[in-house]
Amino acid sequence: MIEKDAFGFFVTLGLMAIVVYVTRIAGYWLIGRLVIGPRLRRMLDALPGAIIAATVAPALVQGGLRAALAMAATAGVMIVIRKDFFAVLAGVAVAAAAFAWGL
Amino acid sequence: MTSPPTASDHARWTFAAFRHGAIDILPFVPGLAGFAMAYGTVAARKGMTLFETLLMSGTIFAGVVQMVVLDSWPETLTAGAIVGIVALTALVNARYIMIGATLRPLLGGQQPGRVYPALFFLVEPPWLMSLRYYSNGGRDPAYLLGGGMTLYVVWVTTAIPGFLAGAAVGNPKAFGIDLIVPAFFVAMTVSLWRGPRRSWGLVVGALVAALTEYLFGGLWYLIVGAVAGCIAGVFNDD
Repeated sequence: MIEKDAFGFFVTLGLMAIVVYVTRIAGYWLIGRLVIGPRLRRMLDALPGAIIAATVAPALVQGGLRAALAMAATAGVMIVIRKDFFAVLAGVAVAAAAFAWGL
Repeated sequence: MTSPPTASDHARWTFAAFRHGAIDILPFVPGLAGFAMAYGTVAARKGMTLFETLLMSGTIFAGVVQMVVLDSWPETLTAGAIVGIVALTALVNARYIMIGATLRPLLGGQQPGRVYPALFFLVEPPWLMSLRYYSNGGRDPAYLLGGGMTLYVVWVTTAIPGFLAGAAVGNPKAFGIDLIVPAFFVAMTVSLWRGPRRSWGLVVGALVAALTEYLFGGLWYLIVGAVAGCIAGVFNDD
């Protein structure tokens, strides 16, 4: 729970805000001073997907059948209609139904 | 379309371009509002106050960062945990280095005193729209600012109903709320999937993260998985 340590929260948030702002200005600032080669570009391109997959994978492994069903529903809806809002809604609905069924 | 940019094209920051950017961004608003509501719900479940929830949105303004960080927020904040969270933040947002680099043509030559504050509002949808705007001959950087500030207002305010809903719910599992973050990321994985030969980063990131979490627990699986996936991304086909 975050509220236990409000001071730590604000310190962390302040540091995060600085880091996020630096990433927003760094590319613009750097580009005249540094060449981004194809390898570095491919690595930076791969980063969002790697982070997102790394966030999800352990939750899937640990979450059991309920999580697996919910994520399958999300992925299925996303593949078919490509609307992330409805895909998430489907996953959450399946998770709620699975809970009601005692999973 | 029009003649190439010259020095005389510089300057402006007109309200007309700002409005143009704000209007062009409207198709992205419903999706972002849904994301912000989900963030608000998760923040409430994590025990954040409404003030803290909105402060985070207002100072960070990066949905994936906020979701990932909330998801992995530790029970007690040690110095090590703070370092971990900040490193994670840098990693998640590192893609903005690429994004910012591509804005040189539109923003280069503008006064730094205007460019750097405007970059606070840099997010992906207005960036994409700005690339299109520039390739259609647009040269006024207020276009980028208009889109970014519009989404900023949406991002901060629509977290409120999500927060109130999250705070009101009793058992989050009964409503599937505990799986909102994973579900969002599964949906994003689907849209980031570029076929097996161009998605090494995704596959390696997922496997390494799951293994690290299984072996060691804690929040480091995210950083280890992300770095491994990022390195594996070198082998992606273009």
